[in-house]
Amino acid sequence: MGQPLNKNTGRLLDQTIFTKFLFRNPSIMIFLASLGLFTFGVTILGEGFGLGLISTSFVKTLGKTLCLCIIAIAMDLVWGYCGILSLGHFAFFGLGGYMIGMWLMFARTKLIVVEAAHNAVLPPTSAEITDAVGAQIFGVVGGADIPLIWSFADLLWVQLILVVLVPGLLAFLFGWLAFRSRVNGVYLSILTQAMTLALSLYLFQNESGLRGNNGLSGLQYLPGHEDVPQAIISIWFFLGSAFALALSFLGAIFLVKSKLGNIIQGIRDNEARVRFLGYNVEGYKLFVFTITAIMAAIAGALYYPQAGIINPAELAPIASIYLAVWVAIGGRGRIYGAVIGAAFVSLVSSYFTGGQAPDIPLGFGVLRWTDWWLVLLGFSFVAVTLYAPNGIGGLVDRINRSEDA
Amino acid sequence: MPTLLQVDNISVAFDGFKAINGLSFDIGHAELRAIIGPNGAGKTTFMDIVTGKTRPDTGDVRWGAKNISLIRKSESKIAQLGIGRKFQKPTTFEAQTVYENLLMALANKRNPFAVLRYTESPKDKSKIAEIASLINLKSSLNHSAGALSHGQKQWLEIGMLLAQDPQLLLVDEPAAGMTASERRVTVTLLKALAKTRSIIVVEHDMEFIRQLECRVTVLHEGAVLAEGSLDFVTKRQDVIDVYLGR
Repeated sequence: MGQPLNKNTGRLLDQTIFTKFLFRNPSIMIFLASLGLFTFGVTILGEGFGLGLISTSFVKTLGKTLCLCIIAIAMDLVWGYCGILSLGHFAFFGLGGYMIGMWLMFARTKLIVVEAAHNAVLPPTSAEITDAVGAQIFGVVGGADIPLIWSFADLLWVQLILVVLVPGLLAFLFGWLAFRSRVNGVYLSILTQAMTLALSLYLFQNESGLRGNNGLSGLQYLPGHEDVPQAIISIWFFLGSAFALALSFLGAIFLVKSKLGNIIQGIRDNEARVRFLGYNVEGYKLFVFTITAIMAAIAGALYYPQAGIINPAELAPIASIYLAVWVAIGGRGRIYGAVIGAAFVSLVSSYFTGGQAPDIPLGFGVLRWTDWWLVLLGFSFVAVTLYAPNGIGGLVDRINRSEDA
Repeated sequence: MPTLLQVDNISVAFDGFKAINGLSFDIGHAELRAIIGPNGAGKTTFMDIVTGKTRPDTGDVRWGAKNISLIRKSESKIAQLGIGRKFQKPTTFEAQTVYENLLMALANKRNPFAVLRYTESPKDKSKIAEIASLINLKSSLNHSAGALSHGQKQWLEIGMLLAQDPQLLLVDEPAAGMTASERRVTVTLLKALAKTRSIIVVEHDMEFIRQLECRVTVLHEGAVLAEGSLDFVTKRQDVIDVYLGR
């Protein structure tokens, strides 16, 4: 194939740009190959389609981990590259989960209600069905009326749009107000924490219309696919999460390798200089903040159907702080670092807090990992910050450098 | 000489302290001008006002043939209109290469969506190469800016300003921390640049200003004390009293 410079062969040109992009960034090929291999392995080892060596609940854990890797990429873009230490991205993650959860819960409850009324003498009217669904869903918070925000909960496509729109708009408004007032550094972090906390507290109220502290549940069942076992649904979501992660990785690399990547790293290192070069710094921050919020929301929308339940505690500020810890341990300012950090820390964390880790007898007492894991994590964070500021990714740098030498 | 920048009777106070007090000042097209003055004379505040970082309490700053008022415009807007600024400390993006530094500064579309889709045109590449050889950094294009010497960083920053292609350059203490030979190169560079654009240099170093061979404005307590050739202003008793006498 020659050099297709003709305008009419734009498609060929695009392909060469794409292959060039892949060629210039070998980390993409390595990443996609590992992810593909991992996905393939889990699929054939899982209960749904393969040998059944991996339990369905572990497939779900792995699928959820992939979603956490996506939000970690988002965090790395906004913090590692653009220098905005957002401690609120789990709010967008949770909102994405709520938006898809509304459809899952509503549609499924409606199917159950219709099924139950099937044998009734009189076929139920749509108003009766709506009432029954309302009573089913909102009975726990002492109501039966369906709140206004559930108006479109029956329509999957609307809720899918809302997955992007609601967190995206919140991020845009918040970012617009904060960046326009030139709120920076630790003050911005505190502000994002306040946003998460406020949102979480709001959702805890029964009047929020999202079932207060009960949250949304039964999200692991796909309405209309009641006959499909969880073993298979879990693989569907696992594959969906893997695909979304691959796209996020590609998108993130494209972003940071573009000139926009240069600009946002410039903003991280010297905001004033970028401003005097004629770039509207606030606009760039807003762009990155909103894009990453949407990434987080999509990750959340894939996560909670695998978790099965979402409640306001998921949006607690601590979750967003963990996110920062993952990215710091993985190595910020490198996309694969964020993925490694999120996967490694969250898997190790679920191992230690899940009760599988053997307790260590210490003579004077017993070290229980369920209690001491957080302490260990805290120490690791301090150690990484002090001695390995580039995290696990820094090791990769060192290997690369010694190969060059 | 037609006026490029017209500073008209501006004043600004910080917590009651008048940093700029009724300052008026004109600069023409392709003029090289030096500003001197003791600490606190308002030199940096003056630059902050022109570049949009600080808003004056009263007065106006007008720009170009169309007489656009600058005082309500943002920093990025003013930079896009053609005013470049060089900071006192060399400020480059140290984590990125010399090439990337120049690329960011290059006069192209500045909005995020255009920047995301941007790919280097041959014209942009040759422009970067041209600037790199002008600032003696051609062999360092792929080095990270953090690895450059202090003087090289100063030049890189000047190169970035050139890439921006401004009509007016505000240069804050360019000679600070430079070796004698680096200074000579800088003087030649600034003089060459002033042939096609206007430059305002703020500098403490009298010897450096002498080499620039340009008109000098002396600031004191936020207003113009004297203006003229270096020999003229340094002979004036009031200038000696406030500045040289100390």
